[in-house]
This record gives sequence, C-alpha cells and structure tokens, in this order.
Amino acid sequence: MTQPLLTIDDLAIDFTVDGITARAVEAVSLEVAAGEVVALVGESGSGKTATAMAVLGLLPSNARVSGSVRLGEDELIGADEAVLREVRGKRAAMVFQDPQGALNPVFSIGFQVMESVRRQDPSLSRRELRARTIELLERVEIPEPEKRLGYYPHQLSGGQCQRVVIAMALASEPELLIADEPTTALDVTVQAEILDVLRGLRERLSCGILLITHDMGVVADLADRVVVMRNGRVVESGGAVAVFSRPEAPYTQELLASVPRIGGREATEVDHAKPAVLEVSDLVVDFHSRRRGVFRAVDGVTFSVQPSEILALVGESGSGKTTIGRSAIGLSPVTQGSVRVAGHDVVHAGRAERREMRRKVGVVFQNPAASLNPRYTVEQTVSEPLRVVLGLRGRELRERTVSVLESVGFSGDWLTRYGHQLSGGQRQRVSIARAVALDPVLLIADEPTSALDVSVQARVLDVFRELQASLGFACLFISHDLAVVDSLCDRVAVLRRGRLIEHGERSSVLSNPQQEYTRELVAAVPVPDPALQAEQRRRRLAELEASRGTAVA
Amino acid sequence: MIRSLSQRLLGLVIVFFGVTFIIYAMVFALPGDPIRALGGERPISDTTVAALRAAYHLDDPLIVQYLRYIGGLLTGDFGTDFLGRSVGEQMLRALPVTIVLGLSAWALEIIVGLGLGIIAALRRDTWIDRGILITTILATSIPVFVVGVSAQLLFGVRWGILPVAGDKAGWPVAFILPAAVIAIYGLAVVSRLIRTSMIDNLGMDYVRTARAKGLAPSRIVGVHVLRNSAIPAVTFLATDLGYLLGGAVVVEGIFNLPGIGNLLFSAIRAHEGPTVVGISTALILVFLLTSALVDFLHTLLDPRIRHD
Repeated sequence: MTQPLLTIDDLAIDFTVDGITARAVEAVSLEVAAGEVVALVGESGSGKTATAMAVLGLLPSNARVSGSVRLGEDELIGADEAVLREVRGKRAAMVFQDPQGALNPVFSIGFQVMESVRRQDPSLSRRELRARTIELLERVEIPEPEKRLGYYPHQLSGGQCQRVVIAMALASEPELLIADEPTTALDVTVQAEILDVLRGLRERLSCGILLITHDMGVVADLADRVVVMRNGRVVESGGAVAVFSRPEAPYTQELLASVPRIGGREATEVDHAKPAVLEVSDLVVDFHSRRRGVFRAVDGVTFSVQPSEILALVGESGSGKTTIGRSAIGLSPVTQGSVRVAGHDVVHAGRAERREMRRKVGVVFQNPAASLNPRYTVEQTVSEPLRVVLGLRGRELRERTVSVLESVGFSGDWLTRYGHQLSGGQRQRVSIARAVALDPVLLIADEPTSALDVSVQARVLDVFRELQASLGFACLFISHDLAVVDSLCDRVAVLRRGRLIEHGERSSVLSNPQQEYTRELVAAVPVPDPALQAEQRRRRLAELEASRGTAVA
Repeated sequence: MIRSLSQRLLGLVIVFFGVTFIIYAMVFALPGDPIRALGGERPISDTTVAALRAAYHLDDPLIVQYLRYIGGLLTGDFGTDFLGRSVGEQMLRALPVTIVLGLSAWALEIIVGLGLGIIAALRRDTWIDRGILITTILATSIPVFVVGVSAQLLFGVRWGILPVAGDKAGWPVAFILPAAVIAIYGLAVVSRLIRTSMIDNLGMDYVRTARAKGLAPSRIVGVHVLRNSAIPAVTFLATDLGYLLGGAVVVEGIFNLPGIGNLLFSAIRAHEGPTVVGISTALILVFLLTSALVDFLHTLLDPRIRHD
C-alpha cells in the first residue's frame, strides 16, 4: 500500500462532565488511503463520531485527546488552531448527519456555499464566485442551481440540503472527506442518490472517504474496508467483503444478524371475514397555506385494516403517510371521504364519541424523546392513560401499570426513571407500553424505529411482535424502511404524492412489485452484502438510465 | 404578505383609537377644575369661568370632546393648553432633547449590551461571565433616581468631569450621564438576552459546520451565530426605543433636561389635559411604529418568518 492519506494511531478521547471523566474512545487505529472508502461502523455511543470529530479538531472543549492523527505527513493532534483551520475545509472536509441542522437557517444556501468557495480562493471576483458556486451545486445535482442560490435551507428537502452540505465540502476539492451518517435522516431513494454522489466523488476526485454509519447496507454499498467499533474500541477491521462474509468478532456477527433484509419470511393468514378495524375510503386531505394555496396531501386513498393484521403504509417523506395515520385519530382535517375506526365515523364524531374512539386506538410516534413528557417518570407516563381514561386508582393502577411495563421488559428501578435517563430504544419501548396500556383494537405506529440503531431496532421490533401476538391488536405501521416492513407486516400499501399506487400482500408487493415506483423503492434499499449490493446497484442504475432514456424519447 | 400587512395596519388603528380614548377619558375624569386652578389662590368670576369652559368646550360630553380632539389631530393640530399655548409647538421644542437623549441611551444599550452579552456567552461560566451577570443584576436593582443622583454627585460634583445638569453643554457632553443612567436597565436586559440565545446557538450543528469549513472564529460568532441570536434582543431593543422616548420622566427631571418627560410631568401637575393627551398620543404612535418595526426586523433577520 502507498503512503496512507489519513493515519489514526492509538487515539484516545476522554470527556469530562461535571468533574467526572469518562473514556469515550480508546486505542483506535485506522488508515484511509487516497481514493479509498473506509467505513467506521458501530451503534450510537460507540465513539465513531467522536473519532471523526477528533480528526478535524472539532471536539468540544471538555474533550481531551491523546494519540496521533496524521493527514499525509502532518500531525493534527495538539496542532495549533491556526494550523487546523488551514486543514478544515481545505484539505479535509466534513458532511454531517442532519443536513437541515448543519446549514445555518438564516443564510441562503448560495451564501453558505460561497463562503466555502471564497475560503479556497479569496481572490475570486463576485462573478467567478457565483459561477463556481453554481458549478458545485450542479455537480451535486441540485436542479436549477442559479435559482436555488437564494433559497434558504427550510425551502429545500433533506436530501437537497445534504447535497448542499456536500457541495460545501467539495469546494476545496479536499483530499479527505469525512461523512458522518450522511444518509441516516433521509428516505431510501434519496439515500441511494446521495450514495451515488459520494461514489462519483471518489472516482472523479480520488479523495479518501471516512464514512461513519450504523447501516450495514450503506457499508456494503460504498466501503472498501470496514472498521467496527464498540464501546470506544475497534473490535474488528478488514476488507469489506471479508468482514461481511466471515465476520470474526461476535459483535460484528450480531450486528449483521440484526439487519433486517427483504425476503425470507412466510406469508401470514389474515381473517377477512370479520369487520375491519380501520376503514379508510376515498380519503382526501387538503392543507391550506396562505402562500402556496391548497396542498393536497392525501388524494383519494382507500384501504382497510382487518383485526390482528399489520398493514404497512410505505412511501417517502411527503407522501402523505403520516397524514393518513393522523386522520385515523381525528387529527387531520379531512376534506372528503370517510375514516371509520371499529365502526365509528371519525370524521363526523362529536367530542364524546371521539374520546370514546381514541381509547380504542394507541399511537406510537417517531421521535421517542420528543413524545415523552420530560417531567414524567416511566411509571407516570404509562399510568396516565389508565388513570385518566379507565379511572383506575391506587393499588389497581399500580399493578396494571407494572404489568404493562413488564410486557415491554421494564421492571424495578426503571419505573422511576425519567425519559432523558433512558436510551432511544428504551424510550420507544415506553412509548409502546403507553400506547398498548388501554388494550387498543388499533395501534398506529408512525416510524417507530427509524430513529434507532439497527441492533436496538431489532430488539424493539421483537417487543412489538410479542405484544402484537399476545394482545392481537390491528396495526397501521407507517414506515419508509422496506426491510422492517418486510419483517413485520402482513400487507403493504405504497403511497406516492398522496396517492395509493400499489396495495397487496407483503410478499407479492415486495418480491414482485407491479409499479415502477415500488420497484425503485425496493431497489433503493441497500443489501448488507457487498457482492449482492454491487449487483443491485448496477441494476438500479441501468433501470434509471433506461427510464431517463424513454422519458427523453 | 399584503394580507398580513393590512391586518397589522387595522390592528394599529384599533389600538390607536382605543388607547387615546382611554387616556382622554382619564384626563377628563381627573378631580379638580383646571380652569379654577389657573387662577391659583385668587378666585375667578363665574362669567370668566363659563366663557373659558365654553371656549375649551369643557361642558360637552366626553365623546364629543374626544371626537373634536381626534378631528384636530388628523389635521395636525394638537390643540392648545389652558394658557393658550400651542401643544404642538411645545412638543416640537421638547422633542429634539428627548430624541437625542433616547437615541444616545439606545446606542449605549446596543453597543455595551451586545458587547457584554457576546463576551459573557463566549466566556461562559468563567469569572468574567459571572462578573457581568452580578454587575448587571446590581445595576438593574438600584432605583434609577439613586443611580442618577449618585452619578451627578461623583462625575459632576466630586470629579467635575461632566456637567451636573442642564443641556447647555450640548451633545454629547451634556447627555452622557443621563443617557448612561437610562441605558443601564436596557443594556442589562440586552446583554442577558444575547448571552442566553448565543449559548443556545453556539451548540447548534450549523456552528460545527462553520468550524468544519475552516471559518475564522470571529466570522462564526459575528456572522453565523449573531444573526441567529439577535431576534430576542432586537425585539426588546425596538420596544425599548418607545420606552426610552417616553419613560425618561425621572431622568429628565434629575438632570433638568427640557424634554418631553419634563413637559409631561409639569402638564400632569397643572391638569393640562390637552398637553397630557397630546404627548401620550405622540408616544403611542412611537410605540405602535416600533412594534411594527420589530415585526419587520424579524422577517429581515429570519427568512423562515418571511416564508410562513
């Protein structure tokens, strides 16, 4: 191997919080060569982001770093702030997890990209600056870049924001690109596009990429080598193919096993004789906005959920899936059509009937941190619906609460903890417990696991499956993750721009999709196997080419 | 945009009429007879009183007097006081003093408050930050006349650096002390608003992005963070401008500056209804305009508000 671009040697990072020092990263060594993609894999808290931050000296001031990080010949640990600034944004650039948060909300994207361009070459005139910025935005495939220069981050989608962040990173044609979970917050189809952009960069600019992710599918898609971290240490490293085919460390094996894959589950029997629990027919939801007029979020959607059945509602962000979920509990303004829950008409229900209905429906939201009251303990959270709706008090209340929490694996001390003392997976289990406490006939789960790591997601899905089997509720499962959907659901309904475009048994929809769009969705899910994924990507790109070709013709 | 602007204007009109009417009614209901008070100790003949009352329409019902007054206002006439002087002219004479004083105090609030706030945020939890916090709490908790009189004693009498009172020395010398005394409260608030929102913003992801771009710390703080942190302080500063232009009664009194505050104070003492209402109306206009200015500044600072 030639001289590596980035050499991390025996890196250790300590964080001091309230006088207590904890070691976040220990004895991490890795190398990235020019033109190589190295994936740093591990769950949240494994120290992978801290390692990446240490490279550019971006850690907060309560972090102490030791060991060595060399970019080419230059040592970066202990280097002057002035030296580091010459490296940042010039020789090494970074792409972040949450693209909307990574951009400054009050400056236009043109301003923010120009800032990076100007740093690279301060002598550029305004015209040249503008031209170069437009060129960068073109390279990351932002449509109509001249027009978009004056746009603000909130006017762009998450995927477009990530392209802008990548454009800023490219301004200096860096030797090293650090990408911290660059696609985690994005839809699968958008994720596939962003991964294509990154792949293109490596090929054209031959820059080295340090890719931080917890998604083994993304790793398989892009990485040449893999470094697996756990609890701040490297547990395994090697070529991507080798790690996927012969994982040595038990943790790597576990990680690979917990990745949901499409295919490989038997079809389930659903009883269609009983009356449906949720019946949505010809639903139309319009949102009125002063500036943009009427926006039709849901357009003539019809489907039903049978007792004990799990129906997946899939689609990209903005496809209307959350709006449909909200309409089932009377939270969306229904313009037309009907929504019936267990025989009750949701749209025309009075206050009393609506309250009666809501106790039959449980809801689990996407962001567990935001949907739990921060001032409530686990026990208070779960006992509240029992107390308010069922009027339970005293011993009865406590016993019922404890038994519900036990069903999601909580007991003892954990009952008195607050939301911020729990991990993401634990919080989501509390949310599920709260939702099923009233023994609902219907559960609406809106992206319940998309904020979680794969290994944690697997555990939450297990809990979910067990509860569904024992309580037998029907479920409307809203998700953009087709692999999760495949492992859990009975039927699948695919939404696009508010319309239901495909609808049927899980196995037939996912393994033999009839619609072009569904095929794209399925093809965009990266498979955690480098060889298979390379094959799938080739097919997907060929199909894209073909469809563009026909569109032109 | 046009719809929200017209709603806003309609709101201004309603507030304007509501508040001027309330003040007019309050002055109307003040105990004592302004006409008889004109004579001081000497009694005034009943015919004179009746003539004066008629001249000032004092026997008309409240609503008629109010409408006549508003009618005058719309043609730019603020009315005359009971000594026959034009209220508009008196205000014109007093206004420049108050405006200079208010703007000087405002500038102090912006420069010193912003500076202290930024320093406190960047040096968070150090002795500098705590020092600024304690000083500003102390400064705001001392009543303004105590601060004013002490400042006169120290700077004016003992050290003789600045004039004790009056506006003869002109701007800026005569205005330094009174402006500083008025500004103390506002700059304490500004510095704390800026500190809090800067600390919030310094922890945001976009700051990390800016650092990763290799921007200089001065640019990150001065451009990226400051514009995001400015909204609460700008809101306060704009409303405070109204307060500075109207609420300087005590300080103008202490420093014997012939401004609006002084004029208002003597008008209230002399039961000069037209003057009180005239000044109040002018101040209400200032308040309404500054609050409209706040909304406008918000949209300038944060495009997300513009696009809602």
